[in-house]
Amino acid sequence: MRVKFTVNGEERTADDVWEGESLLYVLRERLGLPGAKNACEQGECGSCTVYLDDTPVCACLVAAGQVQDREVRTVEGLGSEEELDPVQQAFIERGAVQCGFCTPGLIVAAHDLIRRNPCPKDAEIREALAGNLCRCTGYEKIIDAVHTAAAHSRGEATS
Amino acid sequence: MDFIRPTSLAEALRAKAEVPEAVPIAGGTDVMVELNFDRRRPPALLDLNAVGEIAKWSEVDGRIRLGAAVPYVRVIDELGDRLPGLAMAARTVGSPQIRNRGTVGGNLAAASPAGDSHPPLLASDAVVEVASVRGTRTIPITEFYLGVKRSALEPDELITAVLLPPADGPQQFSKVGTRNAMVIAVCSFAVALHPASGTVGTGLGSAAPTPRRAPEAEDYIAGELSALWQSPAPLADSVLRRFGELVGAAAQPIDDVRGSAAYRRHALAVLARRTLGWAWHDYCEGRVTACA
Repeated sequence: MRVKFTVNGEERTADDVWEGESLLYVLRERLGLPGAKNACEQGECGSCTVYLDDTPVCACLVAAGQVQDREVRTVEGLGSEEELDPVQQAFIERGAVQCGFCTPGLIVAAHDLIRRNPCPKDAEIREALAGNLCRCTGYEKIIDAVHTAAAHSRGEATS
Repeated sequence: MDFIRPTSLAEALRAKAEVPEAVPIAGGTDVMVELNFDRRRPPALLDLNAVGEIAKWSEVDGRIRLGAAVPYVRVIDELGDRLPGLAMAARTVGSPQIRNRGTVGGNLAAASPAGDSHPPLLASDAVVEVASVRGTRTIPITEFYLGVKRSALEPDELITAVLLPPADGPQQFSKVGTRNAMVIAVCSFAVALHPASGTVGTGLGSAAPTPRRAPEAEDYIAGELSALWQSPAPLADSVLRRFGELVGAAAQPIDDVRGSAAYRRHALAVLARRTLGWAWHDYCEGRVTACA
């Protein structure tokens, strides 16, 4: 089947989509957007987190056909190479990245948290990122990065 | 495989009547796992995301009518005051990403004994509303679960809503697992105090082939509380313990990878004792409903 939807502000069409295929597969294998990662395929790891109509979801648990005429925003749509999103910048500054596999999902989940809660406390960060597994860093740097990103975002509230 | 995308309930019911083997998909948090892992190849997926009628909740004749496709996050954000037990259970489901998509209707349709919605629905005497082209009917929650992952839903039917009374007293939910997030319950327990009728509702999860109530525990504690509703006083530890024992005795658990039957029975007794203690404490403090 054909699935047409908006990805990162651009209208895209995927053809020959199998009806049981996930949004994640369409993004990675058909639209050339490998930012969202494919790991557990059961919603456990959060590495495929993307926005669907402005709500963070696991792309592996969304059927491709369900996004017809809807809006998806992936990590590729959060910043540009010239101007990173404050969350991306903060992950670099705080050394919150090791192998990098979980990073795109964490960036999207953290981005959503900071939008909803500009001053998140440690417990709120842990809760918001509970669906994103990292097996390298031990999370401390990631939590530091979210605090830093929130501070950056507050400073740039007018932009 | 077909992908059917109805935009109204009537259209969805017609599709389900034409292809009863079509698997409904809303949040996808169960269905997509089965597809991703080659465990299921249905002839069709019936996408319910565009069926507006089942994606909202309302108050009807003094009951909350919770549309089957309302995600957990909305139960938490919008119904924490009216349905505190269900909202507490919803907070323990998966992760934020899962709660943004997963629904109570999906939990019911999957009918897993471990589903987190079931204990509070049992404790509040919920009613499941199902529909087909033949009409709409309601199924009392205690008659909905028939076996492990089996329910009273007919092949041509869709779950449209769950109806339950807003809390008339404190409610609690507790769940045992290895961490707070992404846990399939080792066992879980919900309790709802009903001061108006002088009764107490219970619900046990991951404790038997189906979610179930603990009728003897409910009768016992209703008797103990009968003289206390009007003049609340702390409950004796022996009463809380007896309640826990009766809840444990109502379970029919199995040994599996998540826990042993003996552990589950013991843990349920502990959860029952604690949650009743919390709920009764709230009642004594004059807090009619607990905050989710």
